[in-house]
Amino acid sequence: MAHLLLRHRDIPDIGKMDIYQKNGGFEAFEKAVCKMKPQEVTDVVKASGLRGRGGAGFPTGVKWSFIPNNIWPHYVVANADESEPGTFKDREIMESNPFQFLEGVAIASFATGANVAYIYLRGEFWPVATFLDEKIAEMEKAGYLGDKLFGTDYSLRIFTHLGAGAYICGEETALLESIEGKRGLPRIRPPFPAVYGLYGKPTVINNVETLANVPLIVEKGADWYKSLGTADSAGVKIFSLSGRVNQPGNYELPFGTTFRELIYQYGDGVTDGRPVKAIMPAGASSSFIVADDKALDTPMDYASVRALGADLGSASVIVIDDTVSLDWVIGKTIHFFKHESCGKCTPCREGTYWMQHLIERIENGEKTKENVELLYSVAKQMQNKCLCPLGEFSTMAVTTAIERFPDDFKASVTGGKHG
Amino acid sequence: MSLADKYPQEVKKIMAKYPPEQKRSAVMPLLYMAQREEGFINKAALEDIAQMLDITSTEVAEIVGFYTLYHDEKEGKYRMQVCTDMPCALRGANKFLEELCANLGVKVGETTPDGMITIEAVTCLAACDKAPMFQIQSGMGLTYHENMSVDKTMELVAALRKSGKEVK
Repeated sequence: MAHLLLRHRDIPDIGKMDIYQKNGGFEAFEKAVCKMKPQEVTDVVKASGLRGRGGAGFPTGVKWSFIPNNIWPHYVVANADESEPGTFKDREIMESNPFQFLEGVAIASFATGANVAYIYLRGEFWPVATFLDEKIAEMEKAGYLGDKLFGTDYSLRIFTHLGAGAYICGEETALLESIEGKRGLPRIRPPFPAVYGLYGKPTVINNVETLANVPLIVEKGADWYKSLGTADSAGVKIFSLSGRVNQPGNYELPFGTTFRELIYQYGDGVTDGRPVKAIMPAGASSSFIVADDKALDTPMDYASVRALGADLGSASVIVIDDTVSLDWVIGKTIHFFKHESCGKCTPCREGTYWMQHLIERIENGEKTKENVELLYSVAKQMQNKCLCPLGEFSTMAVTTAIERFPDDFKASVTGGKHG
Repeated sequence: MSLADKYPQEVKKIMAKYPPEQKRSAVMPLLYMAQREEGFINKAALEDIAQMLDITSTEVAEIVGFYTLYHDEKEGKYRMQVCTDMPCALRGANKFLEELCANLGVKVGETTPDGMITIEAVTCLAACDKAPMFQIQSGMGLTYHENMSVDKTMELVAALRKSGKEVK
């Protein structure tokens, strides 16, 4: 099947305005603005079953429908802060199929009554932001952005905003704080961004991949979109495959593709032909899946992965083979989350600090039952107590590694470190 | 000299992105501009930006302290930031960093004696499938270098030293 999101793999120059137009580009936006009411656009997206691709999997159309019509102005913010170990899909979309993403931003803005949209990119995506600025300028020139679009009263402007190296800004309320020129500290919710978002106004925040789906849904309809994927998870998904595989990379596949197909058929198998030991299906914040035959043959959709005791999240699949010891892996994930904890809430700030100290002890020769139990206990105590998901994320790998791979935490097990 | 006097058009363009009553939003892009000057943000720049945005210089310093891409100290002309997070490490990033340091004769966090390269280990850069990889940050911006070997990196370093400018 031709790619729907990574369309540049079939049409290499889709990032050029004339080529994008020749391939149906901006027809969906024009159709929405000229022939549909904002509510109708939201209804189509709702009916399509599209769910947020950033990790939470919340139904996109439902999110849009939360925007109240008695508080103005409204804002749309695209979350392009992709920063979690294992994630690298949004950059490819923005770099190679930029107009489809930007058209998605435009349609989301029309549907929610926003006249200004911001794209929040992580600071490291500086060249991507410069590139998008050029593409936005081309859209203005071609009449897709600006005042009185397509001869209607609707006006829209899109701006990029660069972060500066803080994973926490991928959390939507921290992201809003960052655009407001503050430190990226998550807000206490409620109120939710749909009511009190950017500058205290109703705001929709969607992931880049989510938005890239929108033009196709408006163009081809909800039923077409629902016919792809599974009953629980409509459409296609970009699976980012990394870790110990021969061909890591992004693979756009229907929901319901199995782990085995992704790893062996698309990823060309495990490095050095080793067996898969564990899978992290959603980046560093994942629970570990024990990679037995049942797990490998599990279809990757939200419900099926949940039944394995994990979440599909952003579908950033990290493959771990039998040469790797999981105490080393969680040493890495803990270090990441400790570094990125914003320090606002105590359970996360102190919890990640103590988890790091304990895993360092364990890694440095004190692999005792007491230290492993204490690490587990600290992680457990953090769960359900943190202000935002970051703190929660930091514990998932820790608790599930100890629960599901107890042998890796026995004193007799050494090595398995990776260079 | 104030950024607003030195680069009036660019500052105006940045300010126009945000509602007039929300000019504090411009703090991050203005800090990137300030950092362009010397590769780090000095005290005078904090004051300058604070005045432009009607906030205190402490509030500007908070932003510099919070976000890792802003620097308040002079280091090497180019910061070579190698991702050593787990997916990259599974593809040999730690070994790459170790060998690179040995070749450059510095430890992680140190700057080469000629002041050109500071080598750093950083967290995820969202390029897990193309490790070993690093970004080079200078005052002028950032570039990614992916699927790198130590030999390729040393060639890049030699080119940087020769031209004083970054080449991709």
